[in-house]
Amino acid sequence: MKAIKEHKGRVFPLNRANVDTDQIIPKQFLKRIERTGFGQFLFYNWRFDEDGKERPDFPLNDLKYKGTSILVAGENFGCGSSREHAPWALLDYGFQVIIAPSFADIFYNNALKNGIILIKMEEAQVNEWMEKAEEGDLELHVHLEKQEITDGEGNTVAFDIPAYHKEKLIHGWDDIALTLQLEDKIKQYEETMQV
Amino acid sequence: MGQPKTIIEKIWEKHVVHREEGKPDLIYIDQHLIHEVTSPQAFEGLRLANRKVRRPDLTYATMDHNVPTIHRENVKDPISVKQMEALRKNCEDFGIELADMFHPDQGIVHVIGPQLGLTQPGKTIVCGDSHTSTHGAFGALAFGIGTSEVEHVLATQTLWQEKPKTLNVHVVGELGPGVTAKDLILAIIAKFGVKFGTGYVMEYTGEAIRNLDMEGRMTVCNMSIEGGARAGLISPDEKTIEYLRGRRYVPKGEEFEKKAKEWLALATDEGAVYDKTVTIHADEVEPQVTWGTNPGMCVPVSGSTPSLDEVENKEEVRRALEYMGLEENQPITSIEVDHVFIGSCTNSRLSDLQKAAEIVKGRKVKDGIKAIVVPGSFTVKMEAEKLGIDQIFKDAGFEWRDSGCSMCLGMNDDIVPPGGRCASTSNRNFEGRQGSGARTHLVSPEMAAAAAIEGHFVDVREYKARVLQ
Ligand code: SF4
Repeated sequence: MKAIKEHKGRVFPLNRANVDTDQIIPKQFLKRIERTGFGQFLFYNWRFDEDGKERPDFPLNDLKYKGTSILVAGENFGCGSSREHAPWALLDYGFQVIIAPSFADIFYNNALKNGIILIKMEEAQVNEWMEKAEEGDLELHVHLEKQEITDGEGNTVAFDIPAYHKEKLIHGWDDIALTLQLEDKIKQYEETMQV
Repeated sequence: MGQPKTIIEKIWEKHVVHREEGKPDLIYIDQHLIHEVTSPQAFEGLRLANRKVRRPDLTYATMDHNVPTIHRENVKDPISVKQMEALRKNCEDFGIELADMFHPDQGIVHVIGPQLGLTQPGKTIVCGDSHTSTHGAFGALAFGIGTSEVEHVLATQTLWQEKPKTLNVHVVGELGPGVTAKDLILAIIAKFGVKFGTGYVMEYTGEAIRNLDMEGRMTVCNMSIEGGARAGLISPDEKTIEYLRGRRYVPKGEEFEKKAKEWLALATDEGAVYDKTVTIHADEVEPQVTWGTNPGMCVPVSGSTPSLDEVENKEEVRRALEYMGLEENQPITSIEVDHVFIGSCTNSRLSDLQKAAEIVKGRKVKDGIKAIVVPGSFTVKMEAEKLGIDQIFKDAGFEWRDSGCSMCLGMNDDIVPPGGRCASTSNRNFEGRQGSGARTHLVSPEMAAAAAIEGHFVDVREYKARVLQ
């Protein structure tokens, strides 16, 4: 995993609640055996019609949002299936930060494990950013170390993130390597519990 | 005696391998189940880092998501073939037991775990699949994980997890006749929403839960994730023990009796405190039908689609109705279906098929409806055939298929076409879940069967009174 300390980027507003992982990446694209190349299928059924043509009414197809890397969405983002293909697709498409009032549990873990910064933010603030990004152009600067987000107008908003997750993101630590340092304890557990 | 504890805390405390201030706990995983879709990248990761599978003996694999349910010998999709071959090779290389497509133990991973007795009370069970919560019916702590976590479990047999908060889903009273476990869990999600369980492990308690048989309990726990909880479980009791007795992977003889005692002792103690409790009255639950694009968008069959003036989330409801091709205030019984799917890890066990068969026996599927039955495992299929259930379905005009996930998510050829409308016994009615543009209504097996005969949704209680007497 790549270390990430901060991220500056433009916002794509996805004004929907309960966005499920079937929507983020539909099942017909789950058959690859690699971790890469999923970005082209992100939000596939919303982005493309039956003939594979872009749907003009889905905002991600709007040129205005080309190159955005911060996704702002409604509550319970990432619910449903445990498919890690969802964060792979988001990251591969170019989203490095996701801000929402709440995230589904499995998605939250999956995204963090891939170095996506997930920020839980109060609904009122989410809505404000959503509107700004819809009406004009919104750029945000996320400072993970300081746990702050600044906008172009000099406003600063603080956010919470579990210290443990923050550390891992900042250092880009590989979970398995960390755990294997505790191998003795695992062995000991197996012996005492007789598993 | 110490503090009274919930089963969730008891299992958790037994599995902590390492605990450190400011970090999640490192917990031991007793049983790891894998399937072809969410595992290839995990094995690739192991190979790249030159790592082994720590406990192949605690790992069990099957193929379910991609497998065809008809003409197995000839899988048409080359990418599916590649994924299945990858699993075969990975299991061979790393020494993992695999029930592959032609194996007599093959089936949906959450159907075969309990059937083989791999699922046991008190175990921590994970699988790269969100419906792993199903195994909670046995008093196991079972939850879905992503592929990075699959790799982590393969390499270390452990996981870093925050200790979950506990949520008591208390069901008061009894379910009425003709109302099933599926209706109960749909009603719970309809009442409390699709995220009330986020951050919690649920325990289902109360008389109605105790009265369910093990298959009904699996149906309930299966859909915990649709209420936002990674895991849902039920304290073990005599029914749990009797279900497990004699199964292949449970201990035998005296060892089993000893285990049984330990299992019963896991049940939540009298007076244990939960972080949150919600209550629902079982006697008020009617047969349910979802009308929208998440499982919380659900009403009793006697009801109607919502009225836009009366809902807060107008935009969401409007979009869902539009996707579903429905009007506001439309009576559920006026909705006609063109597909019926009886299957999935929610409702594809023997008792599900038996109950649906009672409804269709001696009757015919309405013209123009494509109806399929997909048993949850090869074993379920064989048992059903021994009882002649396959014939009842075939005579009525259903297709009788081989086991797998099938039309629950349509990764094989079993899909609902764009604009098609399906009465489905599965667990997700998301946009495009059963096929791009497909419209899904979640119901119980009995309700699906009755819709197949009548061509539209009917109250199965009324149907039984009218037709089956
Ligand atoms: S039957 Fe459906 S929900 Fe169950 S494991 Fe298969 S795809 Fe997932």
